Amino acid sequence: MDILITGLLLGGTYALIAMGLNLQYGIARIMNLANGEFLVAGGFAAFWFWTAGQVSPLLTIFIVAPLAFALNWLIYVIMLRPLVMRAKSRGQLEVDAILTTFGLAFVSVGLMLAVFGGDYFSYSYLARPVTILGDTFALNRLTAAIAAAIICGALWLWLNKTRAGMSIRAIAVAPDSARLVGIDVPKLSALAFALGGAVTAVGGALISTFLTLDASTGVMFTLKALVIVIMGGVGDVRGTIVAALLLGLLETFVATMIDPGLTLAAAYLLFVLILLFRPQGLFGRRTA
Amino acid sequence: MERRTILKTTAALALALGLATPALAQDTLKIGAVGPKTGPLAGGAEVTFWPNVRLWANDVNEAGGIDVGGTKRMVEIIEYDDQTNPGETIKAVQRLATQDEADFILAPYGTGLNIAAAPIFERYGYPMVTHTAISDQIEDLSSKFPNMYFLLGGATGLSGGVVEVLSQMRDAGEIGNTVAMVNVADAFGIELAEVGKPQLEAAGFEIVYETSYPLGTQDLSPVIKGAKDANPDAFVAWSYPPDTFGLTEQAMIEGLAPKAFYTAVATAFPAYAGRFGAAAEGVLGAGGVHADGEAFKEYAARHEAVTGAKPDYWASAPVYASFQILQQAIEGAGSTDKAAVAEYIAGNGFDTVIGPVEWDENNANAKYWTVGQWQGGVFKGVASTGRDGAVTAMPKAGWE
Repeated sequence: MDILITGLLLGGTYALIAMGLNLQYGIARIMNLANGEFLVAGGFAAFWFWTAGQVSPLLTIFIVAPLAFALNWLIYVIMLRPLVMRAKSRGQLEVDAILTTFGLAFVSVGLMLAVFGGDYFSYSYLARPVTILGDTFALNRLTAAIAAAIICGALWLWLNKTRAGMSIRAIAVAPDSARLVGIDVPKLSALAFALGGAVTAVGGALISTFLTLDASTGVMFTLKALVIVIMGGVGDVRGTIVAALLLGLLETFVATMIDPGLTLAAAYLLFVLILLFRPQGLFGRRTA
Repeated sequence: MERRTILKTTAALALALGLATPALAQDTLKIGAVGPKTGPLAGGAEVTFWPNVRLWANDVNEAGGIDVGGTKRMVEIIEYDDQTNPGETIKAVQRLATQDEADFILAPYGTGLNIAAAPIFERYGYPMVTHTAISDQIEDLSSKFPNMYFLLGGATGLSGGVVEVLSQMRDAGEIGNTVAMVNVADAFGIELAEVGKPQLEAAGFEIVYETSYPLGTQDLSPVIKGAKDANPDAFVAWSYPPDTFGLTEQAMIEGLAPKAFYTAVATAFPAYAGRFGAAAEGVLGAGGVHADGEAFKEYAARHEAVTGAKPDYWASAPVYASFQILQQAIEGAGSTDKAAVAEYIAGNGFDTVIGPVEWDENNANAKYWTVGQWQGGVFKGVASTGRDGAVTAMPKAGWE
């Protein structure tokens, strides 16, 4: 039971890390390597508001989200749309996007270093134990997991129950055909990309309550997010959630029952197995 | 009209620069500084290394420069970011030696990066006074690289200090015999765990829980839960900065509150007390300083005034001391000849911010701090290999 809850909490953290990238990669078709940097920037904002004015990170996210949304919108429109326009195939777009966002990641790290310095930033927020079914858990992790559930749930509802969501899913499946049925692909792609950036930054703000970050830790999160998105299936919200929870449960199980030193090995074993037996990801569609 | 003014100004500027440059080049000493500004070690370097580079340059220039055989020469620092990548460290040192023609180069930051750069320092004849390299291969290194010096100590001494403190607490009846020991699965953590385990066992401690975890582990609660289930009298973690914070927070949450709680790197950072506040009281960690000594107090005040940040309570002062040694050696040798300065370093003792420094047969400073403890908001040295000013370690009274 203890393993189950700890694993679900860790899975919630992973879902926060990966959900934004899933939107950006799955729908806007941009493999955003600067994703982790936006997560760290979200964490920085939370840290700054907390130390400067004791503003709760749970309130900060309402400032971070629109800011990150606007910033990512601009990045998409200015930097990435030209790539989308000139790309002849999806493969070419992916290569271009990877190179561009790789550079963007360096610029972001440099900017954060200049603005915040390279120091570790860590603070204590909701670092209190809560007891669930006889075991103790950290309140800040629980909060983050609940927030992850709310964000993922809202995204799923929006994508599946609204007209805009349906259009976005249509873009994820077939961007060229979507245009034929009157969907404004460029606009909705930008929306998906910006939304992904906002979700990532919010995730960063929540994660910073229990993880110690510094300006150059972003790439670690990008990697983890990438693994989760590919495991779950590109462009599928359910897949990302399931993969994140699976990874959290597996790592906690291995750490508790076998050895904490083997968590990485176990995580990558799972990744390899999924790639071997279901290369399109758990919920992904086989490409024709 | 306007254009003419601009032209005139430009000409004047060019003239001024043209006149100033050769004079400047003759007078300033070019000092190279290579260290992480990005990458995994950037956080540590930004606390311990870079502020001291700036502080030292400021101190030297404020005093009118380094006295080289009667003429005062200001220092000019050339900084390079090595991205915590040994390959980049090597490239940067090479560039400093050949392109920038630096007069001297400050030792890089961290054990691995120093070892990577040592052959290049050797090849170009730069003396290398390391300040943040901790290794048990000092003997081997100093025989291979005779110009390499070590200020911060070795792994055996560091873990030996922990065993010494735990033994004292046991003899005083404050803790029992059982220890939970965990380490980060990275060079530093692995070496310390390998050295520390037999030392603990030889001192009669029983290791009731032992594990390692990968660098960058995002959830350390299984580690702390495992340790708590073993109900140890002492908890020892050979940890790196992010996990030092993570383990401490998790221990508070899980209620793992042994009388002796030790985490390694970053426990001595001001940010540790900043984050945990009163709960940090009684936490043991790697390093320590003679916190009540006038030399450290004066240094800390200057560090904060010049760089805007507090120094840490471990390697900050040795970093500064390593620069002082270089400076005193240049002044002592009365020349900027690298061989002469290296010879002066080898043959002399130095009076620095960490007290007097003498080299042992392996070019190492044999007297260094090993364990410190947060007491009353200050991280005070409780064990050393011969430094003055150690205070007695006290048992930790819970997290409240």
